[in-house]
Amino acid sequence: MSIEVRVPTILRSHTGNQKLVTGEGETLAELFDSLEAQHKGIKARVVTEEGSLHRFVNVYVNDEDVRFIGGLEAKLSDGDQVTILPAVAGGM
Amino acid sequence: MSHALSEGFWPGDAACTLACVLRIAHELVEAMVAHARADHPDEACGLIAGPEGTGEPKRHIPMINAARSTTFYEFDAEEWKQVYDQMWDNDEEVVVAYHSHTHTEAYPSRSDTGIASQLGLPGAHYVLVTTRDPEVAEVRSFRIADEVVTEEPIEVTGAPEAVQSYKFAHTPDSTVYDCS
Repeated sequence: MSIEVRVPTILRSHTGNQKLVTGEGETLAELFDSLEAQHKGIKARVVTEEGSLHRFVNVYVNDEDVRFIGGLEAKLSDGDQVTILPAVAGGM
Repeated sequence: MSHALSEGFWPGDAACTLACVLRIAHELVEAMVAHARADHPDEACGLIAGPEGTGEPKRHIPMINAARSTTFYEFDAEEWKQVYDQMWDNDEEVVVAYHSHTHTEAYPSRSDTGIASQLGLPGAHYVLVTTRDPEVAEVRSFRIADEVVTEEPIEVTGAPEAVQSYKFAHTPDSTVYDCS
């Protein structure tokens, strides 16, 4: 079970500047635990202490925004690609 | 490289990690201003991508404001993913992230700064365009990191249109600032 993860620039300080890393997990939550084991600190940038996704981060499984497919409980399959992006937002 | 800074102007700020000036073709500035005008009174937002590692703004990508609001903007998550995939395939990076303010000055708001600091686009020039004046838009560029906003000058390359429909605040007159 191998999941490819595209890491945004802002989080590459956790991955030794790698833009592409791999992790494992049956769900997105498990994937972030697996990433955390290899890339310390990355999980807290994406997942809140309460265990949900931060408001201003976008996570996709393949092309699906995970907010529409169960959030951290989204199911993963071997060969899936996960992309993490900062939400670009602001206001007056 | 020397810091050709005129006295009392731009300090060699710690936030100037990649460059402390935005060098940009006038066509791209005009494209951002035109987009901001077209979406007024809603806020407009978009990107200018460039080849990875160069810091050179090359490709204008107007984005949908999913918030469709006069006071807030947010990239549409689906469109952002498509654009990011293209940039990934092209070995491009975000060089400029811009948005407009339609009723206030061209300066990052608290939410602009907070969100960009939490999980932002490091290395990007955050450009603000204000369209509150119907005749002349004002364009300013900033670095945002760790809740600190650092303004930087904009150096336009090429020959701008004869009658300018925009102006820059805090822009140096002539000196080229090279902080690399």
